[in-house]
Amino acid sequence: MSIAETAGIVVVGASLAGLRGAEALRRNGYSGRLTVVGDEPYRPYDRPPLSKHVLSGELAPDATGLPELDTLDAQWRLGHAAVALDRAARTIRLANGTGLAYERLLIATGAQARPWPAASGGGLEGIFTLRGRDDAARLRTALAGGPARVLIVGAGLIGCEAASCCRDLGLPVTLVDPNPAPLARSLGTWIGSVVADCLRDAGVTFHAGAQVLRFAGDASGRVVRAHLADGRAVEADLVIVALGATRATDWLKGAGLMADAGGVTCDGACRVLGADGTPCPDIYAAGDVARWPNPLYGGRLMSVEHWGNAVAQAAHSGRNMLAPADDQRTYHHLPAFWSSQFGINIKAVGLSEGADAVAIVQGSRASRRFLAVYGRAGRSIAAVSFDQARWLPAYAEAITAGRAFPPIRDASDQGDYLALAPGFPPPRAASTLIEARHG
Amino acid sequence: MTAPTRPVPRETAPLRVVVDLNRCQGYAQCCYAAPGAFEVRGHEILFYDPAPPHARRGEIERAVQACPVRAISLQVEIGDAP
Repeated sequence: MSIAETAGIVVVGASLAGLRGAEALRRNGYSGRLTVVGDEPYRPYDRPPLSKHVLSGELAPDATGLPELDTLDAQWRLGHAAVALDRAARTIRLANGTGLAYERLLIATGAQARPWPAASGGGLEGIFTLRGRDDAARLRTALAGGPARVLIVGAGLIGCEAASCCRDLGLPVTLVDPNPAPLARSLGTWIGSVVADCLRDAGVTFHAGAQVLRFAGDASGRVVRAHLADGRAVEADLVIVALGATRATDWLKGAGLMADAGGVTCDGACRVLGADGTPCPDIYAAGDVARWPNPLYGGRLMSVEHWGNAVAQAAHSGRNMLAPADDQRTYHHLPAFWSSQFGINIKAVGLSEGADAVAIVQGSRASRRFLAVYGRAGRSIAAVSFDQARWLPAYAEAITAGRAFPPIRDASDQGDYLALAPGFPPPRAASTLIEARHG
Repeated sequence: MTAPTRPVPRETAPLRVVVDLNRCQGYAQCCYAAPGAFEVRGHEILFYDPAPPHARRGEIERAVQACPVRAISLQVEIGDAP
């Protein structure tokens, strides 16, 4: 037996997808050597509470350890990121210089917060991003110190959740976003304007259609103000940069794989593609980092940066890794996310991108309790609920089946529905790729 | 007096709980089974303790069983250092 054959399976990434992938390998009967590599020195933990109850101080940053649902019997290599992959030698290299051989590899390295560029003030003290447990701990400590004003850049899910927490803590908050409404990229401006009303009622100063150009600091290098593109300035001594995430694929440069900041490209079975487009039979991917042709959307390449995808795709990849070449199952996934902010439970299914119509089919915008469906070319493609979660599964089913828009016509408690323009901002760059993201 | 450094015995390590909030429909049965560990806020936001004390194991197990949509996962035996 060669070294590679005894090296077993290596899972790179020790967060939700890495953990659920490792569990799937054991559940499907793999009894060989199993190694999990993580850049942080922690066993897998849950991230969604970080931007909510950890910031508010209700949960300690180290309280969100994920349950291990199967006996893993794994070697944990934590605290040193994977920095290089050598496919010919079947080894990966870690940041501390050690090498690790693999027989098969599961890539689950996730994503990293997009930082503010150093050239326009990103290095100043008092500027935070929020992705990991250490980020949350540092930010929580800073918030507990009672800043005079918190400035949040980016009104996506993380930015809005952070704004909600900061107001619960009684802190003055300014939120800046280039779009006309919060959550505009995921929900459109028409639904996003409901969140804008919540922001206003909670006392958040929201600068819509505004862009931060740069941050200015004091003599000690602490941030004191942001300069906006329209000439305004916002005085703030604590800044949260919430501009979404880029996929953690830097370590795959030079590995001869189809990988970039948008993810690592896989085939329908979640096998990673080599640069020539051929699937690597020994390398799979799952979670935020994986970009695959989703049959639910006509085989369009997408990566889905949500909790439910990490769980489902990792289970799928783990299963396929142990299956013979002629029994590789295709991964179908309907994206879904949840958020809680300003006392409202927001849940969504499907991809609203490209929607040409939206209709509230249950409840009303005025009550802030409703279910809205998004349509594209007469088909239902996505739905969102504000405090109406029990309606959502029926719509998820209809969206998966590609039913007409809106899929359920006679159930409305508001009389006939009215289809309106959802108001999505123009795409950021010419691209046929889809990223379901928190940004 | 300083306590000797030793690993935390398994029976005193906190439990680990995670709820699939895509799946959760806010039926709140967990809140009746394990009040204090699960709580509904507003109309349907579930707040829960992801690391409840081991002493609450019985209640948390009842919450897992009581969930109509099977959204709660629990690990009881924590065999690793944090």
